[in-house]
Amino acid sequence: MRLDARIPAGPIEGKWERCKFEMKLVNPANKRRFKVLVVGSGLAGASAAASLGELGYEVECFCYQDSPRRAHSISAQGGINAAKNYQNDGDSVFRLFYDTVKGGDFRAREANVYRLAEVSGAIIDQCVAQGVPFAREYGGLLANRSFGGAQVSRTFYARGQTGQQLLLGAYQALERQIALGKVRMFTRTEMLDLVVEDGRARGIVVRDLKTGEIRRHAGHAVVLATGGYGNAFHLSTNAKGCNATAIWRAHKRGAAFANPCYTQIHPTCIPVSGDYQSKLTLMSESLRNDGRIWVPLRKGDTRPAGEIPEAERDYYLERRYPAFGNLVPRDIASRAAKQVCDEGRGVGPTGLGVYLDFSESIGRLGRAAIEERYGNLFEMYERITGEDPYSVPMRIFPAVHYTMGGLWVDYHLMSSVQGLYVLGEANFSDHGANRLGASALMQGLADGYFVIPYTIGDDLAARLGEKVSSDTPAFSEVETGVRDRLRKLTSIRGKRTVDSFHRELGQVMWAECGMGRNATGLRRAIERLPGLRAEFWENVNVLGSGDGLNQSLEKAGRVADFLELGELICRDALHREESCGGHFREEHQTPEGEALRDDEHFRYVAAWEWAGEGREPVLHKEPLEFEYVHLAQRSYK
Amino acid sequence: MRLTLRVWRQAGPSAPGRLVTYELPDVSEHMSFLEMLDVLNERLTEKGEEPIAFDHDCREGICGTCGFMISGIAHGKMPATTVCQLHMRHFRDGEELVLEPWRSKAFPVLRDLVVDRGAFDRIIQAGGYVAVNTGTAQDANAIPVAKADADVAMDAASCIGCGACVAQCPNGAAQLFTAAKVSQLALLPQGQPERWQRVERMVAQLEREAFGSCTNYGECEAVCPKGVSLDFIAMMNRDWLRNVFRVRRESRATGGAG
Ligand SMILES: Cc1cc2nc3c(=O)[nH]c(=O)nc-3n(C[C@H](O)[C@H](O)[C@H](O)COP(=O)(O)OP(=O)(O)OC[C@H]3O[C@@H](n4cnc5c(N)ncnc54)[C@H](O)[C@@H]3O)c2cc1C
Ligand code: SF4
Ligand code: FES
Repeated sequence: MRLDARIPAGPIEGKWERCKFEMKLVNPANKRRFKVLVVGSGLAGASAAASLGELGYEVECFCYQDSPRRAHSISAQGGINAAKNYQNDGDSVFRLFYDTVKGGDFRAREANVYRLAEVSGAIIDQCVAQGVPFAREYGGLLANRSFGGAQVSRTFYARGQTGQQLLLGAYQALERQIALGKVRMFTRTEMLDLVVEDGRARGIVVRDLKTGEIRRHAGHAVVLATGGYGNAFHLSTNAKGCNATAIWRAHKRGAAFANPCYTQIHPTCIPVSGDYQSKLTLMSESLRNDGRIWVPLRKGDTRPAGEIPEAERDYYLERRYPAFGNLVPRDIASRAAKQVCDEGRGVGPTGLGVYLDFSESIGRLGRAAIEERYGNLFEMYERITGEDPYSVPMRIFPAVHYTMGGLWVDYHLMSSVQGLYVLGEANFSDHGANRLGASALMQGLADGYFVIPYTIGDDLAARLGEKVSSDTPAFSEVETGVRDRLRKLTSIRGKRTVDSFHRELGQVMWAECGMGRNATGLRRAIERLPGLRAEFWENVNVLGSGDGLNQSLEKAGRVADFLELGELICRDALHREESCGGHFREEHQTPEGEALRDDEHFRYVAAWEWAGEGREPVLHKEPLEFEYVHLAQRSYK
Repeated sequence: MRLTLRVWRQAGPSAPGRLVTYELPDVSEHMSFLEMLDVLNERLTEKGEEPIAFDHDCREGICGTCGFMISGIAHGKMPATTVCQLHMRHFRDGEELVLEPWRSKAFPVLRDLVVDRGAFDRIIQAGGYVAVNTGTAQDANAIPVAKADADVAMDAASCIGCGACVAQCPNGAAQLFTAAKVSQLALLPQGQPERWQRVERMVAQLEREAFGSCTNYGECEAVCPKGVSLDFIAMMNRDWLRNVFRVRRESRATGGAG
């Protein structure tokens, strides 16, 4: 496998212009001769499908939900970044680029990140034109806030429902193309495998989740925008259906998987309440703008928060990081919370929680101002916990939230399989080892609105006249494999539910490959997972058949893939003998307990190649060059 | 606490359905409603009974995927709450609850508590968008929008497309859902060029689907988990009428088709 990132030559400011100029074009009349399959209808998929439809391509789009409007992007709360500098506070494309590379702990590709910052402004323009009701100031202009570790206010938001509003904008653009007949939408349809013919992505095999029908779809290119794989940890802030099946299948068909161990643990989630817990709820980190994080100074202090005097509280983020205080990046905030809980100073019934306290800002700004900013988040908190955060501090704890890793892509967003593109959270491209708040929405929309519509033409231009058909031996073989696997799953009829396997996998992953990782634990996980996988295939109980709506069967397929991916995540974490961003190896830390990178040995993208069942995956390295951002130990002190 | 659930079980779109009773002896008050069903489903599976199918995804009250009737009320009795956000602390020991899918001709049952809400997507297809191709937009701050308008547009835009309004409506009307989108876009300058054709087409589509007609019961607003206001229906109706007059005036001015 040869990985060529295809980064255009020349100064960074000119790379994307140059790339756009040098790419081959498909003339407008010929676009309709190409069929593009877009899997996923989240921000990345919906924006891509709509934009490709507008350009004239024939598009088929797939999602597992009953409507494209429900993709997981809908739950993003906090906002979307863009280098508009509307606040006149010194923001610029270069600063957004710089912050993103630094925030990612110098493990992202400069050229991609620069392009992301460069197109960020156009995303906001596009969304406003679609009628996205962003928050505004009294003068009628767009409001901004600062978010997650940024020292400028560049985050655009729509109350606490930014993802919803951006997704509805993209969804509506998509529905318009559906009405125009340019996009065919397949809802409640799950991609179960990728078809590769002569080294090229040729199509997919899907299951209609309503009828159980297995179908083949052929196209000139396949675009995966299927989101992240955080649910490999069982409990995460992701929607229940989020899965890795599409990218994992593509990986097994030749797409390299990059940096799987880079997972983001979000510091502000509602703590686990019992073993029936089905998912974790994120409290937007915008709350950290006005909330102060603390734990009791003394270990084992069980007094209610209100009875602990100021002098006996430890505002540990403000103490350790005076410059950034409560706004340090996510990985740092999460780890700090784990540390104080490990010291026995955690709060709440399980001791796995820290306070996020608004009393000071309510005193300073008044309850109304806080309500205006965070009303819906406070309501959500109260609904879930039964506690009123206006009068008692919230309790929060870190949870798995986002996966920076994903399928390896080059500058065109093409994977290591020709004709297979990967967008949004499903790829690895822009966030390095840690993603900054409000940057995933930006990346998903950048990929879908402003990158893929250009880059896909370059590859397609040479293929004019190429006929694609799903009536080929390659399709038959893949389809047979899909059918066999489904049949197998429904015929085991063992003793354990799918959820029980998922829970066990999650426990292993969280314990050995969560906020702190070490070689012993990772080795333990790598030894344990094959056994769990084997047990799954002997003892899982999936009732019913594949002939109609069967949610256990859907889940079983996804969990089976997580069981394989989990091992790769651990292997990657074990091989990366350094700490960077969300990947914290306990063996590699500074005396103050901060992440210690090893730029000399690990300044590369780890791209894993599938080597076959039962074989160890093969590691390929894409070295990272930093020409514009000065490599430094991150410091938020 | 102990609960009795009577749940609608239906094997497929054309299979007959019936209520089946399940006893839950040990529900924790900290669980969400769907977590309670998860636990029940685990037990059913262990006993060899097929689990109850219900739609859900985000479990945060935002994706609009979940939803069923709990003893006659869409999303259950807590105001402004989707079933995924409904917690068991609001129920009493010994209560009996009846769970049924959305009941609407326009939302056929697929299995158990799962329905097909494709009609909502078709209403959006009829005009619930601003026709602006990618890349053609001007600077986002070129047109100021009064904060008050933007805020009300956002209220309308909060609709999650869950379908509770339709399910609760004695007529099975989808006016609230449709009005939310019509109003959001009518309130913003970006929505003006297509304002009249949008309302006309979306309402026409509403009538083509198997929804009932709106007679102002107001039950939709009462169960809407996002508190989408009935005022938007009034706004939509006004725009719809204004458009009728506008079309008449225009056809008179141009000699009309008679
Ligand atoms: C609670 C929460 C809050 C967040 N808040 C923010 C925020 O404030 N700002 C920010 O920038 N980011 C935020 N993020 C991150 C951000 O929302 C996601 O990274 C981003 O929306 C992912 O978009 P996507 O288009 O890549 O994937 P998704 O939105 O996850 O979409 C995936 C799509 O793929 C489809 N799909 C998946 N698998 C298959 C398959 N096998 N077959 C067919 N279809 C499939 C799904 O149906 C869906 O349509 C948040 C994330 C969470 C969990
Ligand atoms: S108007 Fe309310 S009840 Fe109706 S679909 Fe929208 S959110 Fe659901
Ligand atoms: S599951 Fe998303 S709103 Fe209930």
